[in-house]
Formats: sequence, structure tokens, C-alpha cells
Amino acid sequence: MTEIPAGFVMPNFGPRAAAPSPAQGQFVSAPVSSGPRKMAFICSKGNLDMAYPALIMGNAALGEGCEVHIFFTFWGLDIINKKLNHKLQLTLSGNTAMHMADLGRLRPGLEYRSMPQQLGGLPGMTAFATKMMKQQMADLEIPDVPQFLDLLAAAGAHFYACKLTFDMMKMIEADLHDATEGVISAADFVEISEGAQIIFI
Amino acid sequence: MPTNTLKGHTFEVNDEGFLTNRDQWSEELAAELAALVDVELDDAHWAPLRFMRQDSARTGVTPTLRRLQTVGGFDVKELYRLYPGKPVKMMAWLAGLPKPVGCV
Repeated sequence: MTEIPAGFVMPNFGPRAAAPSPAQGQFVSAPVSSGPRKMAFICSKGNLDMAYPALIMGNAALGEGCEVHIFFTFWGLDIINKKLNHKLQLTLSGNTAMHMADLGRLRPGLEYRSMPQQLGGLPGMTAFATKMMKQQMADLEIPDVPQFLDLLAAAGAHFYACKLTFDMMKMIEADLHDATEGVISAADFVEISEGAQIIFI
Repeated sequence: MPTNTLKGHTFEVNDEGFLTNRDQWSEELAAELAALVDVELDDAHWAPLRFMRQDSARTGVTPTLRRLQTVGGFDVKELYRLYPGKPVKMMAWLAGLPKPVGCV
């Protein structure tokens, strides 16, 4: 490896491979943050809009050299359920922030008005909102949920299913995304996520 | 704007160290940069770098990992193996491009 010249400006790519490691047999106290930065996500929601935060941030974290663990629990388990994850939905109901940029073309100012909550209850509205969101994500070249999981898995993310939810919903392992490493308990996750920054979604 | 000098190559970079002028880049420089991060560029390493140069010349932006996969046809797992740690950032740096701004 070439020596980095004095005054050379370069991005931080993490510790250099040849960085000296503690000598063999030397006592090292319990590592607080040895190795790469670690991030753990808890996905607890199964709405389409709530599937993306962990996928996008997890992907970014992997690209920054972090170790990424994602624990899917309760409704969030739908994200790694192959029978369901291609048909996650977006609802207007209960979302006061729901406004549409395209409405501004009808009348300026409409894009900042939130949708009346009653609209969310109309038949077909959830399907319509879901279709719109999927289209908008596709326009930005964001992969859909199943493809996104494949991307994360290829980049080295670790997926876990929550055992309690798994039992409660009478799921079978064959339905889980192939990269799921296990059906684990809350205690297992606490153990795995030691030293990680935990993000609950 | 800082100026870097490495083995006879002089090039302008931004505060983070990414090249600001793509015309000051050469394949010889990329090989010298790679040596700084302990990467030896073989054909497998060159393929994504060349794709990034060509693609960014056309679009004006550094391709993201997703674009390397969908447009370039590269295998994500393989890219992480070739450039461990921060693959896209490192490839952009080696290819003399700005760091990618896309989220995915």
C-alpha cells in the first residue's frame, strides 16, 4: 500500500486495511465500538409508506460501510412476507399530512391542502393512493419493496423476523424473504443489536 | 480549492477530496489513487469505473449503486466485494467524479 502524501486531501474510507491490530494474546477490554459502525432498524409498520424509511436508510448505511440489522415485528413483518410485500398499501386515513403536488396544477394552493379524512373511507381510495405512490417512487427510480430487499440482502444487510408476531400470525418460514436469517425473540434482537444505533420505525 | 499531488499527477479536489475537474483524471491516476486505499485494479474493478465515467459523461451526475445495477448490469454483491466498505463513494472517487447525491 502506498503511503498517503502529506497534505493530500481524500475522503474517509474508514480504517485502512493495514492498520495495526492488537497483538495476539494481548488483553483487550470489552469493545465499545470496535469494527464498523452498526445500525439496527426495527420495522413495526406494514403500510407502504412505512416500509421505505428502513429500506432507504439501511441501504445508505450499507453504502457508508455500516453493519445493518433489520428486525421486522408486528405489521412490519409484512415487509419480508413474500405473499404480502408486493401489495403493501398506502391509506389516506389518519394521515393529516396527505396532500398532493399534482393538485396544484388544478388550482394553485391546492397542493398544500390536506385531503379531507372522509375521502380515505371511500371504496377504492386506498388502491388509488397506493398506485399513485408506487408510480411516484418508480419515477424516482426507487425499487419496489421486494426488489429493495434483494438489493439490501446483496449489500449484506441482516434480516430477522419477530418470533412472537410470527407465531401470532401463524406464519410459515417459506413465506419469508430468502435472506431472512432467523425467527428470533426480542431478547435475541437485543443481543444482536449490542453497540448499534437503534432506529424504531 | 485544494490541489492534490500524487506521483507527478496534479489535480484539483473539493474539501472532501473528490476531483472537481473530470478532465484532470486519467486511468494511471486512478491506479495510483487505488493504491492509497489498498485496492489493486484488475479488469473486474475497471468495469464499473469505466461505466461510471461513460454514464456520468452522458447524464452529468454520478450514477448510484442502483443505477450501476439496473443500467450497468453489475452485481451489487460483487461490487461490495471488489470495493469493501463504501463501494459507491470509493468508485466515484477513483473514477474522478463527484460523490453520488442520489439516495438509492
